[in-house]
Amino acid sequence: MSAFLSLRDAVAGLVRPGDTVALEGFTHLIPFAAGHEVIRQGIGELTLVRMTPDLLYDQMIGMGLARRLVFSWGGNPGVGSLHRLRDAVERGWPRPIEIEEHSHAAMAHAYAAGAANLPAAFFRGYIGSDLAAVNPNIRFVDCPFTGERLAAVPALRPDVTVVHAQKADREGNVLLEGIVGVQKEAILAAARSLVTVEEIVDALPRGCLNAVVLPSWTITAIAVAPGGARPSYAHGYYARDNAFYREWDAVSRDRDTFRAWMAANVTGVAAPQAEIDEARR
Amino acid sequence: MSWSAVEMMTVSAARALANDDVCFVGIGLPSAACNLARHTHAPRLRLVYESGTIEARPDVLPLSIGDGELCETALATVSVPEMFQYWLQGGRITIGFLGGAQVDRFGNLNSTVIGDYARPSVRLPGGGGAPEIASCCRRTFIVMRHSRRAFVDRLAFVTTLGHGPTGRERRALGLTTEGPALLVSDLCIMRPHPETKELQVTSLHPGVTRERVIEQTGWPVAFAAAVDDTPAPSARELEVLRDLHARTAIAHGVDAAE
Repeated sequence: MSAFLSLRDAVAGLVRPGDTVALEGFTHLIPFAAGHEVIRQGIGELTLVRMTPDLLYDQMIGMGLARRLVFSWGGNPGVGSLHRLRDAVERGWPRPIEIEEHSHAAMAHAYAAGAANLPAAFFRGYIGSDLAAVNPNIRFVDCPFTGERLAAVPALRPDVTVVHAQKADREGNVLLEGIVGVQKEAILAAARSLVTVEEIVDALPRGCLNAVVLPSWTITAIAVAPGGARPSYAHGYYARDNAFYREWDAVSRDRDTFRAWMAANVTGVAAPQAEIDEARR
Repeated sequence: MSWSAVEMMTVSAARALANDDVCFVGIGLPSAACNLARHTHAPRLRLVYESGTIEARPDVLPLSIGDGELCETALATVSVPEMFQYWLQGGRITIGFLGGAQVDRFGNLNSTVIGDYARPSVRLPGGGGAPEIASCCRRTFIVMRHSRRAFVDRLAFVTTLGHGPTGRERRALGLTTEGPALLVSDLCIMRPHPETKELQVTSLHPGVTRERVIEQTGWPVAFAAAVDDTPAPSARELEVLRDLHARTAIAHGVDAAE
């Protein structure tokens, strides 16, 4: 059964230095509040896993928390580069970062394999791509039935997966809807899981379009974090802050500007008290 | 009515799409081209975005691949693993739109690094969905702005297979899909030679000379036996495209990507 914790206690209890951590959400429902709490607590030496690192991993990498990054597309969607990621890869600032680079298809299949408790994922991929030459975790096998050469990648099995969702009920079951990404697979693939939610409701609504419901016994901890996906969005609650995604380009381009922004908006700010009160209610 | 080079590019790409196509759409120019086609000559064109939205019918252009507008207007929204397993790998997509930082004469693409992989001079965003879009869609369209930096003799890194380093690799690798069938730039339209698969100029946009294309291409560019003049954007095409961008700007409070 999932435990209701404050965001601070949930992150402190579930995310440990050196962990392989997946904070997932495909453009929608990116768990920024939880990621910011990881930054505030300075939990480092992490292997960060995410299909699209987005601004959140740009921030975590820029703060020096990541030893390694497993990813498939590392840009600022519709804007351009992730400058902190680039600085780490190109110039080793604030520390060198190892990268394990995949395609989207590979990451999606690898999460699904993790959820299915398989050691690896097999799919038709990486044909003619140099990625296989630079990533030893991309290999090929022959299909035992047809002889077709298929790509193989290890299953993703994070120590902890963190996602943001719209609602949890009082039993700790979780509902997310809209663009649901790889969150279900990432949760089921992980040893521990933390879900931040917009709100706790008496009962999950019935008949939701395209809803993913995760039973309480698949989730380690739930923390209430209204607005916890901003500047990403939560369908039915608030829209994506596109202007912020553009502004981030200038903020993140310069190391000092970046550090000043993080101090003013993340590390110098306590986890909002309202979240803690809500969770304890 | 005057128009920009980017508008010419978008209109050219849109014209290549047909009513019965199922299109795997990327953000930016491909998305503008697909929605322009849907609002003009191909109202039944089916748009699939990698965030899982199938038959999305957005009224404004999305700024990210996973905008809420796509989900709200889609016939169905599936998970990302399902999108890549059943829909892309399953062979349900007829056209994949691709771009990159660099393209070579056989339509191979680099979107990974400039320089050495381990210590790159420029770290690019990476392949995302492209490596499998390139192999699984029935054919692909490439959309890129023409320049010597982008149209190169030799790629720094092959992220995404086109027709292969010599133009003959697709069949050798067991692929039955066509690969790059069309490249639209701001100067011209290129299509692969039927036998060699080398991209050659088949149409020049209004006002563009052969010399300009030669100058902006990093390999000795070939021209088809008959080179057409790309028809200028019609008043209707421009009106629909500009309306789309205007609606997008109002909805997002910022300009669209392209």
